[in-house]
Amino acid sequence: MLKILKYSFFDLIRSRWSIIYFLFYFVSGMVLLYMSNDVSKAIVSLMNITFILTPLIGTIFGVMNFYNSREFVELLLAQPIPRNRIFLGMYLGIGLSLSLSLFAGMALPFIFYGIFISASIMSLVTLLLSGIFLTFIFTGISFYIALVNENKLKGFGMAILVWLFMSFIYDGLFLLSLLLLQDYPIEKFAIAISLLNPIDLSRILIMLKLDISALMGYTGAVFNKFFGNNSGMLISFLALTVWTIVPVFFILKKSSKKDF
Amino acid sequence: MIEIKGIKKSFGKLEVLKGFDFSLSKGKITAILGPNGSGKTTFIKSILGLVIPDGGKILFDGKSVKKNWEYRRDIGYLPQIARFPENLKVYELIALIEDIRGEKGHSAELIDQFDLKGFLQKKLRQLSGGTRQKVNIVLTFMFDCPLYILDEPTSGLDPIALIRLKDLILDKKKGGKTFLLTTHIMSLVEEIADGLIFLLEGQVYFRGTHGEMLLSEKEENLERAIAKILEKEHVKNS
Repeated sequence: MLKILKYSFFDLIRSRWSIIYFLFYFVSGMVLLYMSNDVSKAIVSLMNITFILTPLIGTIFGVMNFYNSREFVELLLAQPIPRNRIFLGMYLGIGLSLSLSLFAGMALPFIFYGIFISASIMSLVTLLLSGIFLTFIFTGISFYIALVNENKLKGFGMAILVWLFMSFIYDGLFLLSLLLLQDYPIEKFAIAISLLNPIDLSRILIMLKLDISALMGYTGAVFNKFFGNNSGMLISFLALTVWTIVPVFFILKKSSKKDF
Repeated sequence: MIEIKGIKKSFGKLEVLKGFDFSLSKGKITAILGPNGSGKTTFIKSILGLVIPDGGKILFDGKSVKKNWEYRRDIGYLPQIARFPENLKVYELIALIEDIRGEKGHSAELIDQFDLKGFLQKKLRQLSGGTRQKVNIVLTFMFDCPLYILDEPTSGLDPIALIRLKDLILDKKKGGKTFLLTTHIMSLVEEIADGLIFLLEGQVYFRGTHGEMLLSEKEENLERAIAKILEKEHVKNS
């Protein structure tokens, strides 16, 4: 598996898209930090960018990389290696190389700014961690979609639709349902619904960490009230872990049955 | 070496392999013939585990290939359409496969034999179809395997490369290797194959030597014998 991971990782990290992705975070981080001169504000602004962009890039790379590597996969399948290692290696390769671009691009500006002497270092770590979670989650989901769909256009469309749903439509529906059900006690419902969307979960995680009640939003406040800051963070963290593992489980299940 | 019992595979409603038996004898060259869409490639891919059969058993040296992968170390596979990662250079691809198999291949000799020296630094996407096929051949034969499975090995090759390939196959056979190959080039079958099976609509229509096939169809060459079989089937179906 490590050999496949290595190939997949270096193939991607050498591509200019990884560099553009890195530069984007680097420049945004620099601009936001030096313009606002406030680490917390910069983290919140970066978070808003990260939570849209990371899932999108994970989605696109997951689908594209799978379809572009079909030849490679067929070559590998005839070699003496078990199937699950091939697919696990490819998936981890994409996830790691994207995470590396994200990590370097985001951490470097803060290091230049002097984050190590600031109290906000843990907030940055939380942001990086949730960005990496989202990268792996959406890479996994889109990789699975590509594995199921032979038709590239259909696979690509479906993956983008999932991203669109999780990023925008979900929140709209969520707000609407809160509005419609406002006469009922809906805290538990709200918690359940947030657990079902990794992007919402990441947002809650950071808001709880930053402890800015004005920005927490309804779900953040509910989490805070129900679990307190620390258990709230722990629960979102665990839920994100589950979100990362589930697509991998489906990838392995599907790939063991697929004909090539 | 390979023992197959009642192998079945459908893609949706299309039944590609309809449950037949097959066994492969050691040290022989066996050709799988059949019209397009008769299930040759699906059959080969089932042996390799690329396609997972719906029913039946495939045994390699007495062990089931299901959920097994180690047996592939004993197989050199030449795929029909040489599909490679496009951005790699030829030498990188060779190194990659060596790395993945964890053994060093004897590629230098083969590179000489197929005049590939000038192409080693080129990216795979820049190569012509025939050159890709030569690279494909190097990747297949650089490891010493008891069994070689070749799917349309001659596609795109020029006459010189074709002769070298035949020599290579016969040479390996002398060394005790077993071959299973599909092809549409009947002269190749007549020249090198020890036995053949003819697949038609997912069943074995004929198995034996090519001489026996000529005898049974009362024709003087394989091409005509096969055309006759197909015409008979066509009349039967219409």
